[in-house]
Amino acid sequence: MGQTLFDKIWDAHIVNRSAGFPDVLYIDTHFIHEVTSPQAFDGLRDRGIPVFRTNQTVATADHNVPTLHQDQPIREELSRKQVDMLTQNCAEFGVELYGLGHPYQGIVHVIGPELGITVPGKTIVCGDSHTSTHGAFGTIAFGIGTSQVEQVLATQCLLQSKPKQMKIEVNGKLPFGVGAKDIILYIISKISAAGGTGYFVEYAGDTIRSLSMEGRMTICNMSIEMGARGGMIAPDQTTFDYVKDKEFVPKGEAWDTALTWWKTLYSEEDAVFDEVLSFDAADIEPMITYGTNPGMGIGITQIIPAKEALDEHEQFSYQKALDYMALQDNTEILGKQIDYVFIGSCTNSRIEDLRLVADFVKGREKAPHVTAWIVPGSKQVQLQAIAEGLDKVFESAGFELREPGCSACLGMNEDKIPAGKYCVSTSNRNFEGRQGPNARTFLASPLTAAAAAVTGKVTDVREMLPQLSEPEFVEF
Amino acid sequence: MATKIFKHIQSTIVPLQVENIDTDQIIPARFLKATTREGFGQNLFCDWRFDIDGKPKQEFILNNPLYLGKILVAGKNFGCGSSREHAAWAIADYSFDVVVSSFFADIFKGNALNNGLLPVQVSELFLDRIFSEVAKDRHTEVEVDLEGQYIKICSTGEQESFEINPYKKACLLNGYDDIDYVLNNKSWIETYERSKVI
Repeated sequence: MGQTLFDKIWDAHIVNRSAGFPDVLYIDTHFIHEVTSPQAFDGLRDRGIPVFRTNQTVATADHNVPTLHQDQPIREELSRKQVDMLTQNCAEFGVELYGLGHPYQGIVHVIGPELGITVPGKTIVCGDSHTSTHGAFGTIAFGIGTSQVEQVLATQCLLQSKPKQMKIEVNGKLPFGVGAKDIILYIISKISAAGGTGYFVEYAGDTIRSLSMEGRMTICNMSIEMGARGGMIAPDQTTFDYVKDKEFVPKGEAWDTALTWWKTLYSEEDAVFDEVLSFDAADIEPMITYGTNPGMGIGITQIIPAKEALDEHEQFSYQKALDYMALQDNTEILGKQIDYVFIGSCTNSRIEDLRLVADFVKGREKAPHVTAWIVPGSKQVQLQAIAEGLDKVFESAGFELREPGCSACLGMNEDKIPAGKYCVSTSNRNFEGRQGPNARTFLASPLTAAAAAVTGKVTDVREMLPQLSEPEFVEF
Repeated sequence: MATKIFKHIQSTIVPLQVENIDTDQIIPARFLKATTREGFGQNLFCDWRFDIDGKPKQEFILNNPLYLGKILVAGKNFGCGSSREHAAWAIADYSFDVVVSSFFADIFKGNALNNGLLPVQVSELFLDRIFSEVAKDRHTEVEVDLEGQYIKICSTGEQESFEINPYKKACLLNGYDDIDYVLNNKSWIETYERSKVI
């Protein structure tokens, strides 16, 4: 029986395997940020021990930072205190920090790949569930709690039992107007917000292969939203081309050695998964969520599912979600008036996302009643957008390009959606209160979000895209 | 360092019959700015417990003085979403020792175990039985025994066994700590690092 991609990387990182104990797994790279690290550093102090491998830990400030006036001190006292504490901890323990004002600062899952810290074959952890993003490069990457952050700081290892493995295949040509975000929202809507729990997922199939690295990151990013520990995609030429020459990627002979190993990282033909699911890309249309977990999604032209179709014990939670969203079952979501649009988060804040949105809004204007925020994933993304003149496009369309951070994805800073307001968001979670107390979130792709900003309501973006010739459209 | 020990409990329960309770509900992100582990219990389920002016919502179970206990019983897929360990800290700080559900999110489960909070996964049927019994009699007590790995509804005697990783079980029973285990075997790590090619 052949090995899976996951097996190959896991086995290469086992420090010890003893009967009756979880594996001791070596961690190549540990990302930390201000929210889930302070208590871990306190733990090291209590034990009187240092960070074991300082050169394998990278810190940034992202969750709490304001997205305006980053050159000034943070105004919100608790946020400032937490960010200052990260700075102090990194200085005391000798950890590299890309904090506010540093050219490499940004959302932890955006900066890792763009700096070339994230490369195939690695084990990567962070005290953040969207660490699965890095799996797009063929890494084992997953989120951990603060006790485990302390464990990795102390030992560069984690005690982990090997999870079950699932393969999710998507094959076929993507329909017009459909992108990576729609693929992953579609998969989660089919298998539910708990459908991947207990599993590590490998995404495969020709549709996945056809995606850019940015698209692959969007897919892997949301693995946790189906409950999976992580998601990964076997590295290929697209991956190698993306990482080559990035700042921290091995160079010269080291590159050749690495590349030789990376090319062996794929699941063997006869590898066995605990579960295999297959989807047809042709069935996917632009997606949007209507409820309060990411599994509650539909194609944008579909109606909100009937409550009666569910099991009786599920109906209470379902109605609770619809009440929160002030929506009715058996109704269309198309045409629903919205108030905010948020384009950002570790799911969709990369330069490719911003280019796509700029291309769409060029020559258009947002609806007067809509507030539209674009929050780049990193300082580098922000500067690249400005260098390409995207800021001017956004400005004339009435969109506000802000400074990098997690922002309205989780509303830890000032960027909150007001109570009762609807936001079409390119982020990853539509939980109650996620974007602010009583805020209502529709998750969607950057294109669908941009279309909603322009029309002021939930819109089928396909009707606003440049018309393809009729025969070609039929062929899709 | 020694951590909290858990062996056995018999207690009344707090039933929270909602599915897919995510960690943003357990502890909203705006409360994650604290830099210590203490005090999160006061904001447990904050947006379900309090209205926008901070007044308790009478209809929410934690505000109902008739329901008290050390065991929280919730609908399936408990603890999904963010990896924030603050969710486990908040539940433990509120003084729950056990959470019962028919399904737990992986990261939450691990975080709970690392903090002496025992997640007990039961069948859908057994979960329904607990909810039914407590609906009939709010004084219904449930017994959870870690050594024997069983959970029992005291009034009816119905019981079910539950699974737990043997290593984590030993940690909870004895107050062992993952970090001590690895630190005590540091030579393994150094040997591994010397053999690593890339």
